[in-house]
Amino acid sequence: MNQNVNTPLLEVSDLSVSFRMYDGALEQRDLQVISSLSLTVYPGEILAIAGSSGSGKSLLASAILGILPGNATTGGSLRYNGEALTPERQKQLRGTEIALVPQSVAYLDPLMQVGKQVDGHRKPRPTEKRRGLFRRFGLPEKTEKLYPFQLSGGMARRALVSTALLTDARLIIADEPTPGMSLDQALEALKLFREMADEGRAVVLITHDIDLAFAFADRVAVFYAGTTVETAPAQDFRQGPEALRHPYSKALWNALPQNGFTPIAGFQPYAGNLPQGCLFAPRCPYATEECHTTVPPMRQVRGGEVRCYHGA
Amino acid sequence: MRKLNRRTRVLLLTILMALILIATYAAGILIPESAVEADFMATKQPPSLAHPFGTDSLGRDLFLRTLKGMSVSMTVGIVASCISAVVAVLIGIAAATGSKRVDGCINWVIDLVMGVPHTILIILISFALGRGLKGLLVGVAVTHWTSLARVIRGEVMQLRSQQYIAVSRRFGKSSGWILTNHLLPHLVPQFFVGLVLMFPHAILHEASISFLGFGLPPEQPAIGIILAESMKYISSGMWWTAVFPGLTLVLIVLLVDRLGDNLRMIIDPYSAQE
Amino acid sequence: MKGIFGRLGRIFLTYGFKIITLLLAVSIIAFVLVTLSPVDPVQQYIMGIGPVSDEQRAQIEDYWGVNEPPVERYFSWLNSLLHGDLGTSLLYRRPVAEIIGQRFVNSLALMLCAWVFSGVIGFLLGCVMGMNQNRWPDKVLKKICYLLSSVPTFWLGLVLLLLFSVVLGWFPIGFSSPIGILDSDVTIWQRLHHLILPAFTLSLMSFANIALHTRQKLVDVMNSEYVLFARARGEGKWTLLRRHGLRNILLPALTLQFASFAELFGGSVMAENVFSYPGLGSAVAAAGLNSDVPLLLGVTLFSALFVCVGNMIANLLYGVVDPQIREVEK
Repeated sequence: MNQNVNTPLLEVSDLSVSFRMYDGALEQRDLQVISSLSLTVYPGEILAIAGSSGSGKSLLASAILGILPGNATTGGSLRYNGEALTPERQKQLRGTEIALVPQSVAYLDPLMQVGKQVDGHRKPRPTEKRRGLFRRFGLPEKTEKLYPFQLSGGMARRALVSTALLTDARLIIADEPTPGMSLDQALEALKLFREMADEGRAVVLITHDIDLAFAFADRVAVFYAGTTVETAPAQDFRQGPEALRHPYSKALWNALPQNGFTPIAGFQPYAGNLPQGCLFAPRCPYATEECHTTVPPMRQVRGGEVRCYHGA
Repeated sequence: MRKLNRRTRVLLLTILMALILIATYAAGILIPESAVEADFMATKQPPSLAHPFGTDSLGRDLFLRTLKGMSVSMTVGIVASCISAVVAVLIGIAAATGSKRVDGCINWVIDLVMGVPHTILIILISFALGRGLKGLLVGVAVTHWTSLARVIRGEVMQLRSQQYIAVSRRFGKSSGWILTNHLLPHLVPQFFVGLVLMFPHAILHEASISFLGFGLPPEQPAIGIILAESMKYISSGMWWTAVFPGLTLVLIVLLVDRLGDNLRMIIDPYSAQE
Repeated sequence: MKGIFGRLGRIFLTYGFKIITLLLAVSIIAFVLVTLSPVDPVQQYIMGIGPVSDEQRAQIEDYWGVNEPPVERYFSWLNSLLHGDLGTSLLYRRPVAEIIGQRFVNSLALMLCAWVFSGVIGFLLGCVMGMNQNRWPDKVLKKICYLLSSVPTFWLGLVLLLLFSVVLGWFPIGFSSPIGILDSDVTIWQRLHHLILPAFTLSLMSFANIALHTRQKLVDVMNSEYVLFARARGEGKWTLLRRHGLRNILLPALTLQFASFAELFGGSVMAENVFSYPGLGSAVAAAGLNSDVPLLLGVTLFSALFVCVGNMIANLLYGVVDPQIREVEK
């Protein structure tokens, strides 16, 4: 790990993703799901991407790996380790440098035994290494002979995490790794990601479990309607709204059960029905004329980044 | 706006297809018998302007004969699919609303009908009814109702579990009232689409069975008969007697098939996506 | 291993019972249908052997049991059926069981060729379509498949016969060899020569179904979450097809092939009649046209048995090979 900690491993700037959709059998239109999204990940850190469901978080993982469906088009730029992340480069890096930890057992082939599947398609098979990982995770020996549907939720989770650890990936993207787990299991899983980060890998933790994200991440990016509105040290989120920069982040904090459960008025806009200016403007108490007409740029504020004209 | 246009286009295309089918059918009916009488001055002629499909060994004009044959086949197809579709709806509703035992019985009967190759079953039924039109109609009808019956059964079962049906029942509406007011509006479109989609299969089976000699009598110029006759002369190089009538049959079948798809698209655009 | 055999045994038992009840029902229905027929089998039989005296006629009627009530006739027929006696064919003047045995070998050769050929071609085309979803190979092949399912088997056979036998002269014209040709007179090469065109016709008829089915399954697999994850782990197109595609679509395709024995048999009836191929299909048509009741009944029962066996194999395949169903069975 002679990597300079200050060089970002992954830089996403101004990413947009849109889909060609069919309305019924007869009509098509484009649907923008991610727009002007920017974030940076450094080696050795956990960056949590937090946002409510439907904000396009999972698609971000697909976009970074270059495995979006055929009807998707992307814009903006992706850089990995200082180099442009072209489709060819993505192809090389998938499963070697960048690893995905998917959400659930549905991401395992139902007709392939777990051992063979976790080993992956690359030759030679890393069977010994994988057995070691299974032992470390307390997965019984016979697990490798089981089919995915025979695994419990916790076993499946550990099997999925071991797929990432089998590789020497320096960037690990974990997509909603905790739902469906007990608190103990979730803490166990997050501890794993902490260990990975401490080994010098970069971990992107996509989650809607904001509490856990605040507790375990180094930095948190707040996701809203397909874009990041604020990126800040996790410390700020633990402190409270006064340390935060974006009105949505503050509202999100206030909406947590232990912070008063104050709901945010209105709804997250749906892709295809996005407002013209700042995406949060329709629900924002501080919105001005400017907010409704033009998208605010990303600004550096107190060691974090915020996409807001007023945030300070 | 464009959505409307596309929809209108499909609608117009559907009407056009229906018109072509009706025209073919009407032409077959309206052509007088005298036009397809034997003409020994003009036997075995290859296609020409006077005889677009050529003439057969008796000098009959194959184009007119094919049109006539097509309308005969279409009549059989329509009647057989109508019988079959009505049977399918009745059995489907019975299976969905009756007791578990009735449902089991009906499933067993469906297995039974599917368990004998249809061609064999039609031959058997045709044999039982002394060949001819009646045997053909019953045979085709008996072998075609199963898949639509399953669709209807599924649809009714789904409807039955809907809240508003339960509410109607609690308000003391009779089964008959629920049937006519809630079930039929959903089933009628299914019925028509199923009917139109069944139609090409019925025509194909009719043609096959007539070809084997179990359908209409040889003096009826059904497509299967015309093609069976053409087989006798195939080695003498009268290719047109086999090619054109068969092509016409394929075209009509394709047309009806597309018509069915379009109807489904108009009635239920979301389920017809694939 | 014991588990597998236990499961197999159970499936065999339930299926055996189902097959027996279905065959019994088929035998009753078929018997009722031929009894309903206005054709008098005794008259047909007598017409076949020439003029007979009233006494002889009465003997024949007695032998056939025409004057007994239908129920009794059914049971005596069923009884001899269970003893392996299917009666004597009026048309061929030989035991029905013997004719079926002999002709089934021919039909089996034809159907097996068509079955394997259509299965392999259909599966491959389905894979090509599924891997190129909504691109031109998919669109073109899909059109061809839909077109083929609108073409009647017998007409396709006629056109192929016209093209390859009449115009090009590569294959014999079916009825140049009469139906009643002695088996011993035919060489293997002649057999094959007579087999190719009907088998090709029959496979053209059935590959569209398997191709479209395989395509749909493969498209579903390729859009699944587990393939998304496999892609995220760096698997390329071919690896995906090999590791996940085939694993998940081969069994459904094979099952579908076994479950389509009814269509196969029906198609072979048409193909055999166009090409005058001496199999069960041409026998059943001849039996129907010549009111050969014993043969008609025999072939009907046999075809039902054939379809049942196909369905049973399909179910066995699913029950034994698919681990998820294995689990449910436990």
